[in-house]
Formats: sequence, structure tokens, C-alpha cells
Amino acid sequence: MSAHAASTARAQRPVRRRDGHGGSAADRRLGYALVAPVVVLLLAVTAYPLIYNVWNSFHRVNLSEAGAAQPFVGVENYSRMFGSSVWVSALERTVAFTAVSVVLEMIVAVVLALMLNHRFRGRGLLRAAILIPWAVPTVVSATLWKTMFDPRTGFVDYMLGGLHLPGAHTTWLAGVWTSWAAILIADAWKNVPFMAIILLAGLQVIPGEVYEAARIDGATAWQAFRRMTLPLLKPALAVALIFRTLQAFLVFDVIYIMTGGGPGVSTETLAFLNWQKFLVDTDFGYGGAISVMLVVMALAISAVYVRLLRQETA
Amino acid sequence: MAGEAAGTSIGARRTTGRRRRARSGAARWRQIGFYLLVLIALAVSLFPFYWIIRTSLATNAEIAQGVEATGLLPSHLSFSAYVDDFTQQHFLTPLINSAIVALAATAVTIVVATMAGYALARMPIRGTSAILGFILVAGFFPVLAMVGPLFLLFKELNVLDSIYPLILAYLVYTLPIATWLLRNFFSQIPRELEEAALVDGATRIQALRKVVVPVAIPGVFTAAILAFILAWNDFAFAVSFLETPAHFTAPLAIVNFGQSNFQVFYNRIDAAVVIITIPIALLVLVAQRRIVTGLTAGSFR
Repeated sequence: MSAHAASTARAQRPVRRRDGHGGSAADRRLGYALVAPVVVLLLAVTAYPLIYNVWNSFHRVNLSEAGAAQPFVGVENYSRMFGSSVWVSALERTVAFTAVSVVLEMIVAVVLALMLNHRFRGRGLLRAAILIPWAVPTVVSATLWKTMFDPRTGFVDYMLGGLHLPGAHTTWLAGVWTSWAAILIADAWKNVPFMAIILLAGLQVIPGEVYEAARIDGATAWQAFRRMTLPLLKPALAVALIFRTLQAFLVFDVIYIMTGGGPGVSTETLAFLNWQKFLVDTDFGYGGAISVMLVVMALAISAVYVRLLRQETA
Repeated sequence: MAGEAAGTSIGARRTTGRRRRARSGAARWRQIGFYLLVLIALAVSLFPFYWIIRTSLATNAEIAQGVEATGLLPSHLSFSAYVDDFTQQHFLTPLINSAIVALAATAVTIVVATMAGYALARMPIRGTSAILGFILVAGFFPVLAMVGPLFLLFKELNVLDSIYPLILAYLVYTLPIATWLLRNFFSQIPRELEEAALVDGATRIQALRKVVVPVAIPGVFTAAILAFILAWNDFAFAVSFLETPAHFTAPLAIVNFGQSNFQVFYNRIDAAVVIITIPIALLVLVAQRRIVTGLTAGSFR
């Protein structure tokens, strides 16, 4: 939810308190009954797997060892993970991918949001055009860009060749850096629209007088953007940034579909490694340790988010 | 560009004629630059769709020749890839599977999230903000960390390789955003509406059913659209739990087209991609405003 919504919630709190005072015990019981299903269901799909992962991570749980007991192994899975160059390089790749994709996507999203904040002919068309890439399955965006980058049937090579640019006749998904480039483009194509929509909502709460005042003061467009727009856009930027950071950090689908982690292991991210440990190696102990670390890191990122939002609305 | 025009007119009143001409010249260039950017954004968003449609309409022979032989336009339109998708790839079954799972997950989400959203907005519950915080964090939970334990659980319950357990898993995508969205929506409905009904002797449930729910329908509709999109789009759970092609969801089936065949038929893959994109594209075109409001009010994923 946006900072804007958080502040409306805050404004309504006194009203709720008054009502809560008058609320009968029956009302309260009904309230709990209405909230219970969502809490129970979400606990079932988050807390239960987390606890199960924690238990597994301290045991040897491997389905390929037929009929084996699941002995307690202490922190063996964790020490194996921290000592594993595979895990460390997956972590490095994940962090690098997150940083590069989030920064690039943020820049494009800011430009798009500023464009959509103008009233111009074709605005509705542009908004619909960027929403479709957001709404389609990642399978669609990844497959689509795989087709685009295919050396035989793809558009990218055809265009580069037609313009006599370097890069034509590249088997994009066979090289390490070209694979990452293709993944970044496919990922940005799908995710920039989401950021742009969040930022646009942030821009629309900024009153027009702010820009008028800046203009009358003789500020250039860049000065007005830096001094006025950017600070007022901070809450929306924080929301968009953290959502995307988490998504990018947990990237899986686009990697699985476009490169399968290859060439070699050069595009394997943490989430991809985790999936392999679970479903290829059926090693739920070691996989559990990787999962627990993944959850810890994701929670750390979302804690930053919650703190930022709280600062903004305080 | 209304802001631009207003700025120019303020400036024009203050400056001499010569500067005025220079300024409007610059403004015109700026406008041309702006529309150029709009065109680029439109092209980047939409051209890839043209490309997969084009590829899906090519024959196997044309695909084999490569794009340099055939060019930007398809030489003739062949719907054989679409026919092959249904006759040889049996794509109808995964489409039906996807529709069942996505609709079921949406239905569960709407019932559960409407109840909770209302209670969290209106009822005197202790710990409301803690519950809302938990729901928010659940929305951030790494899906890949759920896959292992849920695999073991479904294996234990003998429901692996079935689409129905996916409905439970998909709630992690849909419930957080739907609950937050509906809770925000209920907060905005004037309290007086409901209180009037309560004063008239209606019970809470009656007031909820007869007064609040009708007013909340647009919010429920928005939540349903987002939930459907998020459930329809899943790949991670499907690829982890499903084994038999007849049990695949549509996204998983598409990825499998490319891997199971000895030869990759890009036209078949892209025809399937076009097919599963159509309902989503229609949904976006019909409900554009709702989706934008929903995303900004409950922004998740």
C-alpha cells in the first residue's frame, strides 16, 4: 500500500477508537471470525513452510536416500552453504542483478511516469500499452524475448544486421554477458510498468501549484524536478524501490525460462539454486538452509521498507 | 502538455516578441521530442507482441529459413501453428486447468479478503495493525522458499501432480494485495450508511450484506481482476508440483513445448503465447483504470 493510503488510515484512527469503545463483545467476536480465515490461510502458506524449512535445515532430509531416517545434523547444512562457492557466487550474481536491474528500471520508470503525468493525446493508449507487459505471465515475457533474441527467428539480430551494427549474428543466450543483457531487458520490459504506475500515483498527489511556483521563480525544468518533484515523490519511490528490490532479489521464472541458469551456471541466482536443491537434488535439508537464508534476507529488505514508510508517514 | 502551455504563456507575457518566437520554437522542439519518446515507449511495449504474432503465423519452413529470408512481414498467413497447438500439443487441457485454478483461487480470495478487509476496516478488533503488518510481510514471502516444504506436504497428502493444491499455494500471491485493497476500500465508505442500517435494527451481517457489499462491489471487482491475473501468471508452483503434461497449467505447458520437442517450433510456442496473452490483454483494455487504482491502493508484486 502507498504512503498516501497509510496516512488516510492514520487520519481515521480516532474514529475507529470511538467506535471500538462502543463495540459489543459479539461484534468483536464476529470481527475475529471474519479475520481468522485470511490469517490462517496465510500462516499455512508462509509460517508453516518456514518452520518446516528450519526443521529440515538442521536434519538430513534427502528423498534420494530411500527409506533413510532423517538424523539431526546440527548446523552442517548451514556450514556447507556458507562454505559453498556455488552458493556464494549465486548470492553475488543475485545481488549484482538486483542492483543493476532495479537502478536501470527505476530510471526508465521515472521518465515514463513523468511522461504519463502530462495530459497529451494518446495518454490512455500509452498507459494501456505499458500495462499489458506488466499483466502478462512471466512465461509470456520470457518466451517473447527469447524469440526476439533468437539468432534465426529473432528481431534483435535482424535489426542489428540491417543497421550494420555490431552484435548481429550473436547467439545471445550462449554467452554469459549477452545472456544477462537479454534477461535484464526481458525483466525490465515486464517490471518497469509496475514501477511507473506507482510513481505516477505519487506524482498525481503533487499539486500543480508547486510547479507553477517553481516556474515563476525561474527554475529550469531540471531544477524544478530535483528540488520539487523528487522530494515530494520520495514515498512513492520508496514503495516502488523496495517492491522491485524484493522481486529482483527472488528472480526465478525469467531465468528458468530464458537460460535455465546457463550457460553453465553463469545465470544461476539464489532462488534458482534453491529450486534446484529442492526439485532436482531432492535435498530438502540443504535446500531448507538456503530457503531460511532467503527468507531472512527478504525480511531484512522488507524491514527497511516498513521503516522507510513509517518515517514518511510519521 | 497543459503545464507546458501554461508556462509558455506566462513567459510570453513578460518577454519581447523576438524572445517569444525563440521560446515557442524551443517549445515546439520539446513537444516533438516528447512525442518521439511516446512513440519509442509505445514501440518497445507493443512491437514484441507484433513479433510473436508474426512468428506464430509463419510455417515451419519459413521458421527454418530464418528471418533474413522472410523479412519483417509474414509472407503469408498460416494458422497451422494454432491448429497444431490444439491437435498435436493438446493445449486445450492446460488452458482449462489454468482457468480452473485461477478462477478458484480468485473466488477463495474474494470471499476471504472481503470478510477480512471489512473487519480490519470497521470492526473493533485488537491488534488490527499487527494483523495488517503480518499480511503485508506475507506478501513479501519468497515463493521459492515455500516450494520445498509444500512439495513434501503435498507428497505426504498424495496430492502432488494435481492442480488443486495450487489453489492453496496461489493464495500467497492473491490474498495480501486483495485484503489490503479491500480494507482500504471499506475504510472509504461512509460509516453513516452502515450505522443508519444498524439503527434501523439490522444486524451487523445484514448491514454488511445489504448496505456495505453493494457499495463495495467496484473494490471487490478490482481485487478479483488483480487476483485472477496473479494466479493465471504463476509458473514457480506449477513447475515444482506438476509432472504429467495433462495436469500442466498453460504457462508450464508453453515452457514444456520448447523442451520436449526434438526440434523447437517457435511458431507453435508463440501461437500458445498469443493464446494465453489474449484474455489478459482484453482484461487490461476493459479494466485499465481499475487495475491502476488497485495497483496503487494495494501495491503488491
